[in-house]
Amino acid sequence: MSKIAAGFFAAIGLVFLIFLPFYFDEYFVNLASQILIAVIFASSLNLLVGYAGLTSLGHACFLGLSAYISAWLGINLGLGHAITAPAALVLTTLVGMLFGAIALRATGLGFLMLTLALSQIIWGLAYRWVSITNGDNGISGLTRPSPFGIDLEISSHFYWFTLIITIVCLFLISQLVHSAFGSSIKGTRDQPRRMIALGYNVWAIRWFTYVTASFFGAVAGLLYVYFHKYIHPSVMAITVSAESLLSVIAGGSGTLMGPVIGAVMVVILKNYASAFIERWNMLLGFVFLFIVMFLPKGIVSSRLSLFSHKVDKSK
Amino acid sequence: MTIALEAINLNKNFGGIQVTQNINLQIQAGERRLIIGPNGAGKTTLFNQITGEIRPSSGSIKIYGQDVTNLPANHRPHMGLSRTFQIINLFNQDNALHNIALALLGVDQRRFNPFKKLKASDIVYEKAEAVLKTIGLEGSAHKKVGEMSYGEQRRIEIGLAMSQNPKLLLLDEPLAGLSHNERIWIKDLITSIPKSTTIVMIEHDMDVALAFAEKISLLHYGRLIVEGDRDTVVNHPQTKEIYLGK
Repeated sequence: MSKIAAGFFAAIGLVFLIFLPFYFDEYFVNLASQILIAVIFASSLNLLVGYAGLTSLGHACFLGLSAYISAWLGINLGLGHAITAPAALVLTTLVGMLFGAIALRATGLGFLMLTLALSQIIWGLAYRWVSITNGDNGISGLTRPSPFGIDLEISSHFYWFTLIITIVCLFLISQLVHSAFGSSIKGTRDQPRRMIALGYNVWAIRWFTYVTASFFGAVAGLLYVYFHKYIHPSVMAITVSAESLLSVIAGGSGTLMGPVIGAVMVVILKNYASAFIERWNMLLGFVFLFIVMFLPKGIVSSRLSLFSHKVDKSK
Repeated sequence: MTIALEAINLNKNFGGIQVTQNINLQIQAGERRLIIGPNGAGKTTLFNQITGEIRPSSGSIKIYGQDVTNLPANHRPHMGLSRTFQIINLFNQDNALHNIALALLGVDQRRFNPFKKLKASDIVYEKAEAVLKTIGLEGSAHKKVGEMSYGEQRRIEIGLAMSQNPKLLLLDEPLAGLSHNERIWIKDLITSIPKSTTIVMIEHDMDVALAFAEKISLLHYGRLIVEGDRDTVVNHPQTKEIYLGK
């Protein structure tokens, strides 16, 4: 697809997204907000899976941590959203720094198991540390922020707010993966031994990518808790991490659009199919199986290029 | 005379197996040194210790007078050390130009920049094209490396190392698996590298390698057995017994 055609379709898509609340009822607007949150979350995971080649099965802990921190500070300390939001982002990213340092002692299957173990610790804490997390009852009675006096309790307002945050997040992720540093992230995915021999600090590149992914996961967590106004330990369950991983792989890892399409697919399937079939997870499994068998690179296949643009071949 | 590379009492054990045994090596700046020895002699292990990929059990390594024994491997290319691998190790899914560009970025401060995109007109691509011309692949800049012939891939392997303008270049069997014509081409390429780059080469092709070498070191079971100029080493009885055959 040429740049002009891609720009044209992107513009049409953006106009559709902006005007969506004018044409659809509240149910669909809320569904769209959930999809956008899932898009940010899947895109953050894609930084690890698609660009750094590090498959994580514990990314939901960052979504949950951020949501819990924001909720706890608001409910227990009575702090406003202007403080709880940055605090949740910073604290979750700090945990990301620590978890990254631990998980990156291994790669491949070892990394996957470490991320799973770390996230299960947080999940277990959320269930068992009742005095802080309220255990299985979760934390309720939360509110949405009102940036610049705009009431986000209104579905359309919240949707537009989420849309802006999603666009900013996707822009920042795009800048990162298309930068010179982004090329080194992809290099560590493909040939870590060679990258060390070329003077790159492979561990540090992976760690920075992990921390960045945890930050964007925290952004998704904040939006999640604003949307639901409730937080429960199940948000950090392995199934949440697995669903996001499914979005990335099915959509196409290592591409910007892959996780977007994957997240749209998973959230719609989850919402629609669950209304008709009790075991909707099974349907999701069949869809995943179909994609793995017939579209092994995902719906959007990656060029797997180290650099983001084509150099003039006419020279 | 400046010493480019020095190994002092170098030892490496893998459990009970001693793969490097008390090796002392001094290579002068600008020298062309050939490392020979039968399979399993510890040649590549020696290279891996010099590049920092594996830590010596004891002893030390100096590059241009600086002790690098405990320096992480990724710091060494910034001191002017480059290497090639015995088994070709490239970014197969991408083209030749991007492979070289990534090597150039490895010693460029911009590799840390997470915000700025490289433009198609960036100097790094001009430099990469110049490197491709040097290795005779200017017409294959946009060809996927994984789809290139073995000989072409071997040239890119050398191109990656040369692109960083190294002061010390380690070549691990650069002629292995190549046809006669390709060998001659690569030999000429290596010979054309200026004397400002010190070259240490592991090679089994004696016809080509002996013509290249100013000094030769023979390793056997991790020990340095014979060292000296070409004639000294080739005519040494132990070289004949261990490596060349009587």
